[in-house]
Amino acid sequence: MGVGIEVEGLNAWFGGTQALHEISMRIAPNHATAIIGPSGCGKSTFVRCLNRMHETLPETRVVGKVRIGDMEVYGNGTSAVQVRRHVGMVFQKPNPFPAMSIYDNVAAGLKLNGFRDKRRLDEVVERSLRMAALWDEVKDALKKKSGASLSGGQQQRLCIARALAVEPNVLLMDEPASALDPISTGKIEELIFQLKESYTIVIVTHNMQQAARVAEFTGFFLLGRLIEFDKTEKIFTNPSDKRTEDYITGRFG
Amino acid sequence: MRNEGGLISDRISWSRRLQDHLFTGLAVAAVLLVLLPLAAIFIDLVQRGIGSINFAFLTQTPKPVGIPGGGMANAILGTGVILGIASAIGVPLGIGAGVFLSEYGRNRSGDAVRFTADVLNGVPSIVIGIVAYSLVVLRQRHFSALAGGVALGIMMIPTITRATEEMLLLVPISVREAAFGLGVSRWRTTVSVTLRTAAAGIITGVMLAFARVAGETAPLLFTAFGSQFWSSNINQPIAALPLQIFVYAISPYDEWHRHAWAGALVLIVLIVGTIAVVRLIASRGMMKGTA
Repeated sequence: MGVGIEVEGLNAWFGGTQALHEISMRIAPNHATAIIGPSGCGKSTFVRCLNRMHETLPETRVVGKVRIGDMEVYGNGTSAVQVRRHVGMVFQKPNPFPAMSIYDNVAAGLKLNGFRDKRRLDEVVERSLRMAALWDEVKDALKKKSGASLSGGQQQRLCIARALAVEPNVLLMDEPASALDPISTGKIEELIFQLKESYTIVIVTHNMQQAARVAEFTGFFLLGRLIEFDKTEKIFTNPSDKRTEDYITGRFG
Repeated sequence: MRNEGGLISDRISWSRRLQDHLFTGLAVAAVLLVLLPLAAIFIDLVQRGIGSINFAFLTQTPKPVGIPGGGMANAILGTGVILGIASAIGVPLGIGAGVFLSEYGRNRSGDAVRFTADVLNGVPSIVIGIVAYSLVVLRQRHFSALAGGVALGIMMIPTITRATEEMLLLVPISVREAAFGLGVSRWRTTVSVTLRTAAAGIITGVMLAFARVAGETAPLLFTAFGSQFWSSNINQPIAALPLQIFVYAISPYDEWHRHAWAGALVLIVLIVGTIAVVRLIASRGMMKGTA
């Protein structure tokens, strides 16, 4: 089951440049929340702070509080590895492991963390691929074909299956459809619709129609600050902030 | 204007086509020039060497001067033993250093290692032989296969280190991030994801280093020393094909000259064979569509 996310006074830096300023928001469990805003506004940095991926880049720094369920993400006793096991992530560009079969790609999160029970693995792989709506297309070549041999849209669904296989509470998606054609995009969106029944989803998107289609809540970022956070409907029909209105009506960005 | 210029654009396309043919021709000529020496060496070796290769050559030890027959079996075995020791030293150290350079080496200590590896790559092989002599032979108080293996192993390290580093750097960050995102630790990511993704290139680097040292003679002169007898004891002097070829080639006997040619042919076939087998095994373990 999905859990809620509470963010309090989150700041992030790249070297001397501050990318996020005092972000605070509550993300509801089992719903999809969209993060929108112009390029360079800190959307991606924000979701990468939720699972401590930001700190894998050189010379980065984070200050603030993030709580996922009852886990203090930046707490003293919490390791980054531990956090990432509970938070799945799907990246902008599909990034399957090229040297692994389709099966091993999906099983990677479990196998690389020492899980060896073959029958359970088979079950998890099939269930994850079915959830990601990819099973029927790949079931005949699971161990024969490399993850990299699939089409772009299939690769992205493979990456979603890989993230789901470790049974996370939260799924972070950083522009998951921006490199895909409209048909593959449609499939991914349909998928998000089904997945939010059992996961909390945070999706970064450049595409405002996409935010309106898949998310109940939307946050608008500008220059590293959260300008407005509300129900998606409210943001797109009656935003409270002038800057939000300017952005969604296409006056800039 | 454009339409009237139909003739002109035709002429351009003619000169383009001419240039195209010219440069394609030059490229083909370059390929032939590169392949020619290799083919010439191989054909020459086969012509001069094949006549002396028979069952005895591959299974017997050398006979004293004047007695016909005999072979280089002990040298073939010795080369295998020395290269085995060299690989056991050079491959793990080289790959380990390469991993350090690519994953943790974006700093001054990395630069120092990189510089050392490049210098080591340029050290004459006879000097490496002296190093192994003082490290192993002086301490053991006699020549040994171990000393030869150490010398060749040291020579393999810089090639493998730099190849491993280059290949690991080619693995996109997005692949590492995918593993981090699954909660896989950094060390595990390096071993099971990054190294595995770069495996094909690293194997090529290892094979280059292997082929390079397999024919080395100078570093073996005062380490493995050579021997006329069967030996697989790594603490004793041992025969090696390059050494045997060297000794036979500078001897005044026609029979030994013929054996030197045959030995050279066997050495090349062994090196090419080893590389082919390793590549075959490696390609079976790889996924299709990996590139």
